[in-house]
Amino acid sequence: MKPTNIQDPEFFHRVIDCQYACPAHTPVPEYIRLIAAGRYSDAYLINWESNVFPGVLGRTCDRPCEPACRRGRVDDEPVAICRLKRVAADNKDDIAARLPKAPGVKNGKRVALVGAGPASLTVARDLAPLGYHLDLYDEQSKGGGFMRSQIPSFRLPEQVLDEEVGYILNLGVVTHFNRYVDSLKGLLGQGYDAVFVGSGAPRGRDLPKLPGRQEADTAIHIGIDWLASVAFGHVTSVGKRVIVLGGGNTAMDCCRTARRLGGDEVKVIVRSPFADMKASPWEKDDAMAEDIPIIDNHVPLEFVVEDGRLIGMKFDRVEARYDANGKRSLVSTGEEPAFYPCDEVLMAIGQENAFPWIERDIGIEFDQWEMPAVDRVTFQSSNPRVFFGGDAAFGPENIITAVAHGHQAAVSIDRFCRGENVAERPLPGTTLITQKMGIHEWSYDSRVEIDRRYKVPHAEKALALGDRHVEVELGFDRDTGYKEAERCLNCDVQTVFTDSLCIECDACVDICPTDCINFLETAGQGEAELRSRLRIPAVNLEQPLYASGALKTGRIMVKDEDVCLHCGLCAERCPTSAWDMQKFLYQVTKAAPIL
Amino acid sequence: MTYIRPQFRHPNLPANELGFTRKDYEGALSTLCAGCGHDSVSAAIIEACFELAIEPHRVAKVSGIGCSSKTPTYFLGNSHGFNSVHGRMPSVATGANLANREMIYVGVSGDGDTASIGLGQFAHVTRRNLNMVYIVENNGCYGLTKGQDSATADVGSASKKGEPNPYEAIDLCSLALQLGATYVGRSFSGDKAQLVPLIKGALAHSGFAFIDVISPCVTFNDTPQSTKSYDFVREHREATGKLDFVPMRKEITADYEPGYTQEVTLHDGSVIHLYKTGQGSVRDRDGALSAIREHKRAGRILTGLLYVDPDSQEFHRTLGTVKTALRNLDVAELCPGNKILDNINNSFR
Repeated sequence: MKPTNIQDPEFFHRVIDCQYACPAHTPVPEYIRLIAAGRYSDAYLINWESNVFPGVLGRTCDRPCEPACRRGRVDDEPVAICRLKRVAADNKDDIAARLPKAPGVKNGKRVALVGAGPASLTVARDLAPLGYHLDLYDEQSKGGGFMRSQIPSFRLPEQVLDEEVGYILNLGVVTHFNRYVDSLKGLLGQGYDAVFVGSGAPRGRDLPKLPGRQEADTAIHIGIDWLASVAFGHVTSVGKRVIVLGGGNTAMDCCRTARRLGGDEVKVIVRSPFADMKASPWEKDDAMAEDIPIIDNHVPLEFVVEDGRLIGMKFDRVEARYDANGKRSLVSTGEEPAFYPCDEVLMAIGQENAFPWIERDIGIEFDQWEMPAVDRVTFQSSNPRVFFGGDAAFGPENIITAVAHGHQAAVSIDRFCRGENVAERPLPGTTLITQKMGIHEWSYDSRVEIDRRYKVPHAEKALALGDRHVEVELGFDRDTGYKEAERCLNCDVQTVFTDSLCIECDACVDICPTDCINFLETAGQGEAELRSRLRIPAVNLEQPLYASGALKTGRIMVKDEDVCLHCGLCAERCPTSAWDMQKFLYQVTKAAPIL
Repeated sequence: MTYIRPQFRHPNLPANELGFTRKDYEGALSTLCAGCGHDSVSAAIIEACFELAIEPHRVAKVSGIGCSSKTPTYFLGNSHGFNSVHGRMPSVATGANLANREMIYVGVSGDGDTASIGLGQFAHVTRRNLNMVYIVENNGCYGLTKGQDSATADVGSASKKGEPNPYEAIDLCSLALQLGATYVGRSFSGDKAQLVPLIKGALAHSGFAFIDVISPCVTFNDTPQSTKSYDFVREHREATGKLDFVPMRKEITADYEPGYTQEVTLHDGSVIHLYKTGQGSVRDRDGALSAIREHKRAGRILTGLLYVDPDSQEFHRTLGTVKTALRNLDVAELCPGNKILDNINNSFR
């Protein structure tokens, strides 16, 4: 195995599991430490710089960071990263003065942004400080996109969204709300230097061919459209008995909203097995806690209509079978169809992209699924002036992915407008700094706490169900936030090894609580062979090995990064400082430094 | 100050036949200098006891005074321990062993504790063939009192102060061989592949098992002029051969490398396989002594298992003591009764 090249910014980045898993690569341990230090505003700004909507994401993020969290591999549950982000947002001071401003003199370039969701707003946030003139178009009356129309206010209070959308609009973005862009050709004709399409995946799937669909049309709604109608006050009530079809987070939002609008008997009925549902586990828990049963393995057969009125639905009972490749098929059990009575049905069975407003003769290629050809790195389409991001680029994802797209699209737009090669990407910003303060003393809290994950308190159920504006999750208070923050293992504080200093005394091997460190004879074997020969074989192939060059005895040091606790004991027991704990800060490439 | 060992361990930590993991054999966190060889010896003892699936409560750790003698705190935290007077560990071990022969006695001592103040006690515990493991963590200096040369420092070797040692060194393995030790080995703290099986063999051996472990003092005696530094020992040591320890209850399934020259079946049925590089038998006491001498003359340090007598007669057998631990003897066994007492008294009349 070759010595690890720690100059490659991606090596240590990969060790920071949460940050690596985050599409926007937010420096999670860095802001968690600031929360523990009570520096909420600083923690907020690190987030804001990286993910633009800390208050929103602290409540609604899909949290790809948490399943990745190293803590989850040594303890029962990962750090409550998402809810800590909210602690920073809830407890920050007024940070308006610390935010960037648009320069007084513009740079002369004009960019149009279609859709005012997280992707477009991120592009706006990144480009406005550089002096771009930005026109933001959206058919809704306010900015926020699906964060406003689809996420119910009991999960995301409106003022939180307004505040964070406001920070961006205050950068001098020219808004064109209540304005549906019906022609990209027309927009391009207005002489914009670049156009960013962040129009989302606005079309909810339907079951047009299911018997009874037409007859019962007034009692059947597309989930995302219905949620938007609720959000904007057009729908204020729902039938007593409601069936929600679908197993994703939109289904969970629909059923919980229905409970608040008068639905006494709300059920979620889903085709797949419970475990395969797309909804986040905590969203399912929250729905079930509001007396909403989730009935799985039921495939819709028919909307049952009597006297012109919807009275219920019929379902085929199925079971999931998996073939050798793990591919699932739902096979009917052959039982009688199940009938569930209802007054209204909400369909949350998926979303699709739709670009009826993009002409097909303006140089943007579309594939067989009517999706535009978009470069995965640059987000540029086959028309070099047009960039895509968010759900509009590759189909429905989530807020944090839209933000990540926005950052990269902004880099591309900036390079494009300055006549530079869009495919050449500037390197991420990195720093690597020792944390040593003295003997047994580090500038980070190296102690590993044994606390179990803390639970977020919820509002009283009766109160929450009575008003859709009452936020269910109350967030951690400062004390609990501190304790949860202390569960973080500080995976960004890296164990950095210097070959030439090592005297091979084995002190690090002996002290390491998780048996990560090995000194091995090697005869040029590859990584796979080495993995099997470690003190504890490195079976988690997603985690890298850190290998040194040949030491004095000809052996090499091999560290399995998998369950390193970043406790610093290797460095404390090292007599020659061959091991050192160094903080690695990785910042994703952006169009310009924001803060 | 954050010198605290985390509670978490590797989720795939293996368990031994008792269901224990290495964590169950750990002790308190070491307070020795970072990089001290003694910590590696502690880790090797933990590994050996873990692999042999020894129940921690069956072990008694005994030690004297010194850096080495502090270490029993840092391994086998669930075992018994006695930190005795300087150089007097053999007396305490002898007393304990006579009172309870069912325990496993692990003595840890240093070059000062054994070769200076405790030399007299060491001599006698050796010649009595007390059933124990006696490990010397030998760094050639008095680390706890700032690194003065000890009685095992070689002539000409210089510690941090830089003054070459003028006195002849005591070779503890030679001494142990001359005094009748029945299991003698030498190893290096930086070579667990050799040290762990050596300790396992010593634990299985019935009789006095002595291991001299060269264990560098990083603070005072890891200098370029020292013969007990990491670098010097690595460059000058020569193993008698590779050894494998196979516990009695484990079926021999491994394919042994060709060329092993000797196997020794110990008292409890376990087997030591030796892949010897040199000539001579590991059961030849005189041969072992001359091999040590020859290597020393050539500027080499001979390591590995130097001598073993698996059929030796340990102290209890020599004394003909009762087969059980004294604490298990009840009144009926301890008190012979009036009739027998009268007979005994009459025999003196």
